[in-house]
Amino acid sequence: MLAQKNRVPTETQTSKVVLQLKGIGKRYGGVKALNNVDFKCSQGSIHAILGENGAGKSTLIKIISGVIQASEGTVEISGQAVKFANPTQAVKQGVVCIFQELSLLPDLSVADNICITDPPRNRFGLIDKSAQIRLATQLLAQVNCADINPRELVRDLPLSRRQMVEIAKALGRKPKLLILDEATSALSAADVEKVYEILKKLRSDGLTMLYISHRMHEIEELADTLSVFRNGQHIETFSKGSRNNDEIIQMMIGRDVTSVFPAKPIAKTIKPTVLKIENLSWSNQLKNVSLSLKEGEIIGLGGLDGQGQHEILLALFGVLKGYQGKIIINGNETLFTSPKQAKSEAISIALIPEDRKTQGLMLPMGIDDNISIASLKRLSKGLMINKNKETQNVNEMIEKMSIKVGAASNPVSSLSGGNQQKVVIAKWLMTQAKIILLDDPTRGIDVGTKQELYQLFRELADKGHSIILYSTDYDELIGCCDRVSILYQGSIIKELAGDDLNETNIIASSLNMALEKDQVKRMNKRNENNREVSL
Amino acid sequence: MINLRLWGSQNWRLLLAIVIFALIYGSYSYMHPSGGTNRLFVQNANEIFVLVMVSMAQTIPVLTGGLDLSVGAIMTLTNTVASEVVNGSPSEILLGIILCLVVSSLCGFINGCIIVFGRLQPIIVTLATGAVFMGLALFIRPSPGGNVDSDLSFAMTFDLNEIFLTYKWPLPTWFESTVGLIPTPLVLILIVVFAIWLPFRSSVTGRGCYAIGSSMGAAYMSGLDVDRSKIAAYTLSGLLAGIGGLYLALQTGSGNADVPQAGAYTLNSIAAVVIGGTSLYGGIGGVIGSIFGAMSLRSISFNFRVFDADGPLGFIADPLLQPLFEGTILLLAVSIGAASVFRIKNRLKLFG
Amino acid sequence: MLITKFLLIDKPIRYALGIIVLILLTGTTYTLVTQGTMAFLSPTYLLQQLQVASFLGLVATGMMMVILLGHIDLSIPWTVTCAAMAATAMGGEWAIPAGLAAGLIIGLVNGLGVAFLRVPSMIFTLGVNTVIQGLMVVYTGGFAPQTHSTPIMETLATGHLLGIPNALFVWAFVGSLIVFMLTRTAMGRYIFAIGNREVAAYLSGINTRLVLIASFVMCSLCASMAGILLAGYSTKAYQGMGDLYLLPAIAAVVIGGTNILGGKGTFTGTVVGAILIVLLQSVLSVMQMPEAGRQVIYGTVIISMLLVYGRGEKKEG
Repeated sequence: MLAQKNRVPTETQTSKVVLQLKGIGKRYGGVKALNNVDFKCSQGSIHAILGENGAGKSTLIKIISGVIQASEGTVEISGQAVKFANPTQAVKQGVVCIFQELSLLPDLSVADNICITDPPRNRFGLIDKSAQIRLATQLLAQVNCADINPRELVRDLPLSRRQMVEIAKALGRKPKLLILDEATSALSAADVEKVYEILKKLRSDGLTMLYISHRMHEIEELADTLSVFRNGQHIETFSKGSRNNDEIIQMMIGRDVTSVFPAKPIAKTIKPTVLKIENLSWSNQLKNVSLSLKEGEIIGLGGLDGQGQHEILLALFGVLKGYQGKIIINGNETLFTSPKQAKSEAISIALIPEDRKTQGLMLPMGIDDNISIASLKRLSKGLMINKNKETQNVNEMIEKMSIKVGAASNPVSSLSGGNQQKVVIAKWLMTQAKIILLDDPTRGIDVGTKQELYQLFRELADKGHSIILYSTDYDELIGCCDRVSILYQGSIIKELAGDDLNETNIIASSLNMALEKDQVKRMNKRNENNREVSL
Repeated sequence: MINLRLWGSQNWRLLLAIVIFALIYGSYSYMHPSGGTNRLFVQNANEIFVLVMVSMAQTIPVLTGGLDLSVGAIMTLTNTVASEVVNGSPSEILLGIILCLVVSSLCGFINGCIIVFGRLQPIIVTLATGAVFMGLALFIRPSPGGNVDSDLSFAMTFDLNEIFLTYKWPLPTWFESTVGLIPTPLVLILIVVFAIWLPFRSSVTGRGCYAIGSSMGAAYMSGLDVDRSKIAAYTLSGLLAGIGGLYLALQTGSGNADVPQAGAYTLNSIAAVVIGGTSLYGGIGGVIGSIFGAMSLRSISFNFRVFDADGPLGFIADPLLQPLFEGTILLLAVSIGAASVFRIKNRLKLFG
Repeated sequence: MLITKFLLIDKPIRYALGIIVLILLTGTTYTLVTQGTMAFLSPTYLLQQLQVASFLGLVATGMMMVILLGHIDLSIPWTVTCAAMAATAMGGEWAIPAGLAAGLIIGLVNGLGVAFLRVPSMIFTLGVNTVIQGLMVVYTGGFAPQTHSTPIMETLATGHLLGIPNALFVWAFVGSLIVFMLTRTAMGRYIFAIGNREVAAYLSGINTRLVLIASFVMCSLCASMAGILLAGYSTKAYQGMGDLYLLPAIAAVVIGGTNILGGKGTFTGTVVGAILIVLLQSVLSVMQMPEAGRQVIYGTVIISMLLVYGRGEKKEG
C-alpha cells in the first residue's frame, strides 16, 4: 500500500482538458457519497473509472451528466464552469451518458429511437422519415453496425444490438464527452470486441470517453488513463501500464476486510447433504450445472453479473419452467413448479430476491403484513388468521433482526434500504425455511447493516440452515462462504474453497482468465501480508 | 423487398385485422343479392362510419397506455350540439360545424388536463367526465329531435355524385360512373386519416404518444414532453369522436342524447381497438387497424341479414345469435393473441 | 372527543361522509322551502334509500374485490341480468341457487381468462359480457322473459324485518362475509398483496392464480345476488336491468377511497361510496333536477372528490 503512494500520478498534460472537477462533494442526508473529488480528463482519451460497488462511481457520473447536482465544488467543461439542472442541459453542452439501464423505447423503430430527442423535420414541422433513416444509417455505420436495419423495432433486436443502437443514439447527440456506464455488461465476448473497435475509432476521431467497467481486461484493452475511486474518494489517477493488475485491485479494495466477517467454523463434522443439483440446464442460460449443499453450509455463487447465478436460484424456487436435470432435496428428486411448492414443508426453501423493492416487498403495505405474508397458513386456525400469534411472531422477528421501526403497522416504504432488506429476510425466517437462497442480499445497503447480516447468515448456518449466497461483492463471498462456485456463461467453471478462496482467484476465474501461477502466488502473499498488517 | 417483409412483420396485427375484415365483409358481399353494387357500399359505409370514428378516437389514448371511457359521451354531446347549430345559411352551417368540432376537442382537452395535472387515472377520470358530457347532451336535447341541414345531410351520406347533385354543380360524365360512385363516408374516413392522423403520427407530439405507451420511463429520460403528448392524445380523441357525432346528426337528421347508445359505442370502440391490433398496454398499433377493427365488428351483424334461413347454416342467420357471435369472436381474438404466455419459460416474466 | 374520532377515519371516507351530509342538507333546505317538510331526514326515507343502496352496494362490494387486485369486471351488467333470468326461469326453491350458479360460472370464466391467459381484465370481461348478452338474447328470443320471481326473492328484496328492509340485511350479511375475508383470513391479505405487487406476492409463495380466480368469482357472486334481489324487487327479470349498475359501482368503489390500480381500500369506504351515489341520485330526482343536471353533478362530484384525495404520486425528477 505504501509503495503505491510514492508513485507520482502520470497524466498526459499536453492535450486539452475536456472535463475538470474541483472539490466535488455529494451528501445524501448524513452520508457522504463523494468527498472533495478533484478529477480531470483530457481530449481524445478513454479514461477508465474503477472502484468497488459504493465507491462513488455512479454518483460521479450522475453529477457530470446532470441527473443529480453536486453539494459542493465545480464542474468545468472545456474550461467553462457549468451547472446542469437536468440531463437535457448536459446534452446541449456535449455531455452524453449511456446509462446501465437502456433508455430505448422498445416499440419504436431503431431510427425513431436514434432521433428521438431532436428528429429531423420537414418544412411542415413534421418528422422527416427519410432524413431520419439516412441519419440513423450513417450513425449505425459509424458504430460498425451497418447491418442493423433502421426500420427494425428495437424490441426485435437482441440485447447486444440494442446496446449498439444506444451508442449510435448517443453519437447522434454530437458529444464532446461520452460516458459509458457498464456499457458492455450485457454483451457477449464477440460483441464486446466490436464495441472496442468502435470506441478506439471514436478516440482517434478526438472524442473523450469516461469508461466504467468491472471487467479488468476491458480496461487493460481500452483505457489510456485510469482513476481509482474508493469510499467516495478519488484515490489515484495514472496512465495505463504504470500499474499492474494486482496493484490496481489492491487500490480498489484497500481496506481491512477480514474483521467484518464472523469467523468460519474450522473443523466440521460431516453433515448430510440437503440439496443436490445434477446437470441443471435451462434455455441457453444454464448449462449442466451441478452443485451440492450440506446442512449448515454456506456456499457462494460468484462470477460476473448475469452468468446464470440468478437462474440457478430461480430454478430452485420453482420459477423457471422446463429446466432439464435433477434437483434432489433430502434425497428425493423433486420437480419444482412454483414458489408455493418450494416453501412447502417438504422442501422448505426461501428466496431473498434480487430486487427487494419490486420482488421482495409490497412497499405500501405494513411491515407486519410483509413479514407474515409467507407464513399466514401456519399462523391461521382454520380460515382465520390468529392475530395474537401473528403480532407476537412479527414482534419477535422485528426484535431478532433488530429492525428499526416506529410501529409495526407502518408501511415498509418508510424504512431505510437496510431495514427493508431485513424485513424481506424476516419474512422468510418466519417460514422456518431450511434452505435459504440469497440473491445479492447486501446490494445498496450500508456497512453497518451488512455486518449484521453477515453475522446472521453465519448464525443461521450454525443452527443448521443451509445457505446459497450469490453476491457481486468478492469480499462477501470470501468472508461468508465455505465454498464458492464461479459461473461463467451459464456453467460452473471453478469451485474455490479454503486457501484458494481469495480475491485473485475469484477475479481470475470470473473473467475465465488464467493468471500466471507465480503471479497468483505473489498476490496471495500480498493479500495475507495486508491482512496481517491491518489486523 | 426486405423492408417490405419487415413492414409486414411489424404490422402483422394490422394485416390480420384487414384479413378478418375481408373475410367477414367478403362473405356478406358474396351472399348479398346486390353485393358489390354502389348502393350496398353506400349503405354499409354509412352504417360503419360512426363506430369507425369513435374507435379511432379510442385508439390514441390507448396508444399512450390510457383509456377514454368518454368517447361515446363526447360523440353524443357533439351529436346534440350539431342538431342545434348545423342549419341555416351556408356560412351558418360552416360555423356550426366548426363549433361542433371545437366543443368536442375541448371535451378531450379537459380530459387530458385533468389526467395530466390532476395526476388521476384515465379510466376513472373519463368515466366521470363522460357523465358530465352526457348530462350536457341531455341538457341540450332532453328529447330526440332538432334540425340538421337536409342538403348537407343528403350530400354527406350518399356517394360523391350526390354532393354534386345536391348542390347542383355540373357533373362530368366520366366522373359520374367512376369516382362519383365512391361512398362519401369512405372518402371522409380517408380525409381524416390523411389530414389528421398521418400528420399527427409523424409529429414529435404524436410520436411522444407511442413513446409514453412503450415505456414511460425511457420517454421521460429521452427528454420528451410527456404531458403535452398526453393532453394532445385526449384532445385529438375528442375531435375524432366529435366528427363521429356530427356525422350521426347528418345521418339521422336529428340529435339524440341516448345514454345506452353512448355506452355501447364506448365499449364497442375498445373491442374495435383490440381487434384492430392496438395493445391495451400502449405503444403498439394505430388508428388504421382500429378502422378495420370497427368495420369487422359491424360487418359481423351484416352477415346475419343475408344468411339463407333455410340453408344448412340457416340457424346462424338468426339475428338473435348476433351478440353471441360478436362476443365470441372478440373473446377468441384476444385469447389467441394471449396464447404466447404459454411459451414463457421464466414465470416472473408473466408479471410484466 | 367525537371530532377527534372523526378525524381518525380515513380521509376518503371522511370526505364522502361530509358530502353525504351536504347532500342531505341541500335536499332538506329544498324541501323546507318548497314543501315545508324535512322529508330527507325522515327515517322512512333514509331506510328506503338504504334499501335501494343495497343493490348498488352489493355490486360495488364485488367490484371492490377485483379492483383491489388492480383489475376490473366489465361483465357486471349482464352478470346481474343473467342471474336474475336464471333465478326467475328456475323458479321454486332452487331459484336463488340457480342465480348464484350463473354468477359462479361467469366468475370462473373471467378468472380463468385473466389468471391463465393474462388477457387484460378490461377486455376479457367486456367480451364475456357480450357473450352472456348473446346467450340471454338467444334464450329469451329477444323478448322480456315471462317468468316471475319467487316469493322468497320478493321478500328478500322488498320485505321488512323490524322495520328494516330485508335487502339491507342481505347486503350486511354479504358485507360482513367480505369484511371477515379481507381482514381476518389469509385470502384477504393475499388480495391486498397482489394488488400492491403481484410479483412479490408470487415470490412469497402465494398461489396468485387461485386468488385471482377466487376474486372474480366473488365479484360475480355479489353481482348475481344483486340481480336476484333486483328481480325480486321488480318481480321479473328484463333485458338491460344491469346496465345502470356498472359505472356507478366503479364510482362507488373509487369514491370510497379504493385505489383503481389496486392494493388499497376498505369495505366501509365502498359502503359510504354506494350510499353517497344513491342519495345523490335520489335527492337530485326529488329536487326535480332534470337528468341532464343529475349527470353533470354526478360526474363533477366524482372528479372533485378524486382531485382532493385520489391523486397519484408526483413524477420523479
